[in-house]
Amino acid sequence: MASIAQPGTAAPQAVVLPQAKKRSGVWDWLTTIDHKKIGIMYGVASIFFLIVGGLEALLIRTQLVHANNDLISEKTYNELFTMHGTTMIFLGVMPLTVALWNYIMPLQIGARDVAFPRLNAFSFWLFLFAGIILNVSWFFNEAPNQGWYAYAPLTENAWNPTRAVDFWIVGLTVAGISSMLGAFNFIVTILNLRAPGMSLMRMPIFTWTTLITAILLIMAFPAITVGILLLMFDRWIGTGFFVTAAGGDPLLWQHLFWIFGHPEVYIMILPAFGVLSEVIPTFSRKPLFGYSIMVYATAAIAFLGFGVWAHHMFTTGLGPTANSIFAATTMTIAIPTGVKIFNWLGTMTFGQVKFTTPMLFAVGTVAMFTIGGLSGVMHSIVPLDTHQNDSYFIIAHFHYVLFGGSLFGLISGIYYWYPKITGRMFNERMGRANFWLMFIGFNFTFFPMHFLGLEGMPRRYFSYGEGSGWEFWNTFVTFGSYVLGAAFMMLLFNLGMGLRNGRRVGSNPWDAPTLEWATTSPPAVYNFAEIPVVGHRDPLWAEKYGVSGDHGDDTADVDVTIAGMKVGELEGGDDTDKEPQRIEHKRAEDEGAGIQLPNPSFWPLVAAIGIFMLNLGMVIDPTEAFYLGPVQITISAFAGFIIMLIGIFGWAYEPSGVDH
Amino acid sequence: MAQAAEITQASGGSGHVGEHHEGGHHAPGSGIENRKLALWLFLASDVMFFGSFIAVYMIYRGRAEEVGVGPFPYELIDIPFTSVSAFILLMSSMTMVLSLGALQKDDIRGSRIWLAATAVLGLSFLGCQYFEFTEFYHAGLTMQVNIFGSSFFTLTGFHGVHVAIGVLWLLSLLYTSLRGGLTSKNAMSLEIAGLYWHFVDIVWIVIFTLVYLIPYDEVTSGAGEHASRLAEFGQTAIQSLF
Repeated sequence: MASIAQPGTAAPQAVVLPQAKKRSGVWDWLTTIDHKKIGIMYGVASIFFLIVGGLEALLIRTQLVHANNDLISEKTYNELFTMHGTTMIFLGVMPLTVALWNYIMPLQIGARDVAFPRLNAFSFWLFLFAGIILNVSWFFNEAPNQGWYAYAPLTENAWNPTRAVDFWIVGLTVAGISSMLGAFNFIVTILNLRAPGMSLMRMPIFTWTTLITAILLIMAFPAITVGILLLMFDRWIGTGFFVTAAGGDPLLWQHLFWIFGHPEVYIMILPAFGVLSEVIPTFSRKPLFGYSIMVYATAAIAFLGFGVWAHHMFTTGLGPTANSIFAATTMTIAIPTGVKIFNWLGTMTFGQVKFTTPMLFAVGTVAMFTIGGLSGVMHSIVPLDTHQNDSYFIIAHFHYVLFGGSLFGLISGIYYWYPKITGRMFNERMGRANFWLMFIGFNFTFFPMHFLGLEGMPRRYFSYGEGSGWEFWNTFVTFGSYVLGAAFMMLLFNLGMGLRNGRRVGSNPWDAPTLEWATTSPPAVYNFAEIPVVGHRDPLWAEKYGVSGDHGDDTADVDVTIAGMKVGELEGGDDTDKEPQRIEHKRAEDEGAGIQLPNPSFWPLVAAIGIFMLNLGMVIDPTEAFYLGPVQITISAFAGFIIMLIGIFGWAYEPSGVDH
Repeated sequence: MAQAAEITQASGGSGHVGEHHEGGHHAPGSGIENRKLALWLFLASDVMFFGSFIAVYMIYRGRAEEVGVGPFPYELIDIPFTSVSAFILLMSSMTMVLSLGALQKDDIRGSRIWLAATAVLGLSFLGCQYFEFTEFYHAGLTMQVNIFGSSFFTLTGFHGVHVAIGVLWLLSLLYTSLRGGLTSKNAMSLEIAGLYWHFVDIVWIVIFTLVYLIPYDEVTSGAGEHASRLAEFGQTAIQSLF
C-alpha cells in the first residue's frame, strides 16, 4: 500500500487514514486500543486507588495516634487494614506498574503497539471493574474485613457470615484475570515485536523486568485463583476445603495463598528495579554496569521466588525440616538482589551523577530497599521470625520494600517518563522538594515501626492500652504518616501543574539512551514513523556519541569509551530541537499516513461489563434466575454472562484488518 | 509440518502493522506466531491451575475415609467405564490431528469431517462425565457430603469445563469452515485450537491416573473412629463459639 512519506513532504491532511487521525472525547477513550492511552488510563486509575488506599492508611494511623483511641470501631478498623492492603497491592502498585509497561515498553522495543491491542483494553477494563467491585462493598457497609491474606477459617461462613468476603473473592478473581491476560500480552509483545536488530540481550532492562515479571504473573496467579475458587465453593456451596470438621485443612489456604503471595512481592518490586536500571545509567552518564548480570539476577530472583513461600508460615508448625529448607532458599535470594544493588552502585561509581528528581527517587529506592531487604533476611532466620511474626516489625519490613522499594521506584519512573508522556517538564525544584518530603515522611512513618515491633506491638490490633510503652512512637509514626500524605499530594500537584505550565520538551530531554526517547514527546499514535533499526544496547547514545561497538548477544561488558564522555548540560541542554512541538507533530502525522493501525473496538468493554455484572451480580443481587446445582444464579449475573458471551463472540468475529 | 513452519514464518514476528523494512533486517521475533505463543503461555499458566487443583485433590485423598463420612471413592469409582470415556477423549486428539493435516493439504471437506468428529467425541466425553456425575450423585456423593466429593467434583468438573470450552471452540471453527473461512492459509486458527485440545487430553491422562487408577485404601474401623472423634471435636469447637 502507501509507502511512508518522506519527512518534509507536506502531504495534505486528507491523505491521513482515519485510523491515524487524532480523536478525543469519551467514546474514543472507551474504545481505544492504543497502548499509550490504555497506559494513561491505567496510570490515572491506579493513582486514584493509591489515594483511596492512602486515605485508609491515614485513618488507621489516626486511630492509633494515642492509646485507647475510639475514633474507629474494631469492625471498621478490620475493614480499613484489609482494604488498605488489597487496594495498594492489586489496585495501586500493580496497575501503576502495568501503566508504565503499557506506555513505555512498546516504545522501548520499537513496536507500534502490543501484540493484542484489544486484549490490552480488555485487561484495563477488568482491572477498573475489579476496583469498583472491591470498593463498592463500602456502600453496603460490608467491606472485606479478613486481612488481604484472607486466612482460613476466618473467611468461612461460620466466622464471616456477611458478604464482606464475597466482595473480596469476586473482586480478586476479576483482578487476577486482568493481570494474567495482560501478562500474556506483554510476553508475546516482547518476544515477537522487537524492532530489527534488537536481540534479547540488547533489550532495555525495564523491558527485561517486564518480561520476567509477566512470566511470574502467569505462573503465580493460578495458585491464588484456585484458592479463591475453593473458598468460594466453601462459602457458596457448602464444601469443606478449609473446614477442619469436614476433613479440610485451613493451612492449605496459606500454602495456596503464599505460593502466589511471595512471587507477588517480586511482581511488585522487579518492575521498580527495571525503572532504576533505566534512570540510574541515564543520570550517571554511563551505560549500566553489568547488564547481563542484571538480566540473570532478575531471572534468578524470579525463579527462587517460587521456592520460598513457606517463610511466611514459619510459625504454623511445618516442622524443622521444612523451616530450614525455606530459610535457606530465602537467604539465597539475597544474593541476586545484592548483585543488583552493587550493579547500580557500580553504575554510579565514576559516573557524572546528576541528582535530578527521578535520580533522587531512584537512589532513595536503592537505600530504602536495602533496609527492607536486610530486615527481610532477618525474617528468614526462623527463631528471629518467631519473635517478629505478626508484629509491627513485619509492617516496617514490607513497607520498606513495597513503599520504599516498589512505589519510590515507580514514582521515579513517573517523573522520568513524565516529559515523554506529556511533552512537558514538571517543576524540577518542586520535584526535589517532593522527594525530600516523601523521604522524610516515609522514614518517620516506618522506621519507628521496627522499634514498636521489637517491643511487641502486634499488627492488626485496633487499639492499645496506656502504659504499653508504645504511645510515643505511635504518635510519632502518625505524625510521619501525615507528612507522607502531604508529600503524595505534592507529587500530584507537581504532575498536575506540569500539564498546564510545564516547559515544552523535545524528544529526549534527559539525553537518555533507549528507544522510547527517539520518538516525539508525546509519541504519535503509531509511535515511530519508521521502525528504527537497533545496532546497540544504548542505541541513542551509540548514535549520538558515535559508539560503533556492537553489543550483541555476547556477554562482553559495555563500552567504557562512553563513560568519560563530556555530555554537556543535562537539564534541557539537549533540547536542541527549538521547533515548536505542534508543527513537528503535525508533520509526523503526515509521515504516518501509510501506517495501518487496528481499529478501535468496544467489544472488550462489552465483555468486561459482562464479567463485571456476572461477578458483582452473584454477590449483591438477591433475585433468583435459576439454580445451577446448589448455587443460586441471580438474574443480573445471568445477564452478565450473556453479555460476556456477546462481547467475546463480537470480538472474535470483528473484522479488525490488521490485528488477529 | 513444512507447511506449518512456513505459515509461522510468514505471519509471525512483526506482522501486526504495515511495516516496511529495507536492507534485509529481520525482526528478531520468536518465530512463533503471536496467537500460538499466547496459547503456549496460557497452557503454561493452565498447568499451574491444574497443578493446584490436583495438589488439593492429592492432599485430601483419603481424608474422607479418616473422617469416616461416606460415600468413599472405592465404592463409586468405575474404572472400566471411565477407561472408555478416556479412550474417547484420546481418540478425539487423533481426529484433531487428522483435521489439521487435511486442512494443511487444502482438503477442506476432510478437515470439516474430522473437526466435526472431534467435537462429537468431545461431546461424548462430556456425556460420559454427566452420566458418571449423576451416578455418583444418586449414590449419595455431593460436593458437600465429604471432602472426597468436594475435591473430586472440583477437579474433574474443572477439567470438564475445559472440554466444554474446547467443544464450543471447535464448533465455532466448524461454523467458520462451513462459511468458507477456514483454509490452509489460516490453518493456524485450527492448529491453536488443536494445541488446547491436546493439552486438555493430556491433563485427563494425569487425572485419570491419580483419581481413578491408583487404588484407594479401604476404610479401617480404627481410622474411622479416630477421625470421627476429630470431626466431633471440630463440631463442638464451632458450637461453643456461638
